[in-house]
Amino acid sequence: MYVAVKGGAAAIANAHRLLAKDRRGDPAVPELTAEQIAGQLTLAVDRVMAEGSLYDPELAAIAIRQARGDLIEAIFLVRAFRTTLPRLGASRPVDTAAMAIERRISATFKDLPGGQVLGPTFDYTHRLIEPDLGAEPPATADPLGPAPRVTDVLGHEGLVEPDAADPAARDAEPGDLTREPLVSPLPRDVRLQALARGDEGWLLGLAYSTQRGYGRNHPFVGEIRTGAVELELDVPELGFPVTLGTMTLTECQMVNQFHGSAEEPPQFTRGYGLVFGRVERKAMAMALVDRALRAGELGEDRVAPAQDEEFVIAHSDNVQATGFVEHLKLPHYVDFQAEAALVRRLRAEAAAGAAPGETDAQEAAE
Amino acid sequence: MTRPAPDPAATAPDPAPAPDPAIASRQALLRTLALAEADEVLATLGAIDPAPDYTVVRGPEVGLVMVRGRIGGGGAPFNAGEATVARCTVKLASGEVGFGHVMGRDETRAKAIALLDALAQTAAHAETIAAAARAMDAARTAREAARAAEVAATRVDFFTMVRGED
Repeated sequence: MYVAVKGGAAAIANAHRLLAKDRRGDPAVPELTAEQIAGQLTLAVDRVMAEGSLYDPELAAIAIRQARGDLIEAIFLVRAFRTTLPRLGASRPVDTAAMAIERRISATFKDLPGGQVLGPTFDYTHRLIEPDLGAEPPATADPLGPAPRVTDVLGHEGLVEPDAADPAARDAEPGDLTREPLVSPLPRDVRLQALARGDEGWLLGLAYSTQRGYGRNHPFVGEIRTGAVELELDVPELGFPVTLGTMTLTECQMVNQFHGSAEEPPQFTRGYGLVFGRVERKAMAMALVDRALRAGELGEDRVAPAQDEEFVIAHSDNVQATGFVEHLKLPHYVDFQAEAALVRRLRAEAAAGAAPGETDAQEAAE
Repeated sequence: MTRPAPDPAATAPDPAPAPDPAIASRQALLRTLALAEADEVLATLGAIDPAPDYTVVRGPEVGLVMVRGRIGGGGAPFNAGEATVARCTVKLASGEVGFGHVMGRDETRAKAIALLDALAQTAAHAETIAAAARAMDAARTAREAARAAEVAATRVDFFTMVRGED
């Protein structure tokens, strides 16, 4: 048990003043603006929005500046801010098929309706440090046609499992982990909500583990797309949905190991990732982990960490994780003294040749 | 488990908005205003002469909208995360009520959208605002087309090489 401490107010106030000075850096160098961060450190902003679970680029940029670039601290700030706001409602489900495409690739289908476009990618760069970044005007070309989701194109052949076996599911009210406690077994919609806000590093490591053999499911990238979608909200007073604006999303459709049985022909299964911003690595990892967590549903043995829902979801939130790990640095004097006294007594008993206290096998305090 | 062939109804888009032309045009105006740059909206309101006489019914205020996606893109809904949204409701002295909703935390912008929504319902300003909306739509379409042209130039065609051994 944690025993509270008090005092230290003057030291804490002075530490925060020192933090402010160090955060500002050399006063001879102009101060960073939130606008610069939002415009030039876009992917940091996107990560904070995704894991902060709050789409607001300007707010994320302010948080990054305040956190001195510590993204988990910035995510924490965004999560704290969100708790001060009322919930106005839930949007209509965004239509990723109608996305204004910024990037769209498939590792499985060469000739897609609407084409494959690399967009502003780091892929195929040489990863050489460039101290002076130039920016030539980008090339232009005639716009491409509509880009349906690859899974919809393939779905018509029956090669991959459809989005919803039960059409009634399309109108189901999804669970919300910000309103209800997480109790396993979780439905897939709640797992996806948790994964969408989960830590990128955690999901990346788990996704990698499935590729290395811990719950292998033989993935292909059916499609990755990034771009802007419109957000719509039903406003009861108006009686029709209103457009709220656009948001950039990244969607990953993973096409995986196929299944078949006596009753049904073999079919590819799927994993899905959808993340705020241009967080492609995370969207891919999310899709792999989503697929791994479907092991039970698809009749696979749950043998690997990435297939263990309680393990994956309970440890995916980096604000919770950092809170519990970092609380260890707070004063634990009383807990430690209690344990130190116990160790001293056991050592004294051992030195005296007595059997160590069998009845005192007390659990360490948390 | 059964996995039937895809049902076309299951992947059809959400039902179209009500066919009432007044609703459709109001919905289109609100969309134009939400997708326009903030300064375009404020300039349109600023050009209304005389300045409208109104009361604020609600807000302006900032809140959260839960953003929903669909599993697999077209399946059951799930909560993907929230977005900040500013909203405002106003009522003109002549009785028209206007609603403003826009992503972000800009209350001034939400209130300006609400005022333009209300003013567009008056005979005196309907045409002015409709003309401004056409200009905003044209500007947005040009921005989107310019970006789409830059993206289109990154179109890729990979060739598969013949494998060496078999």
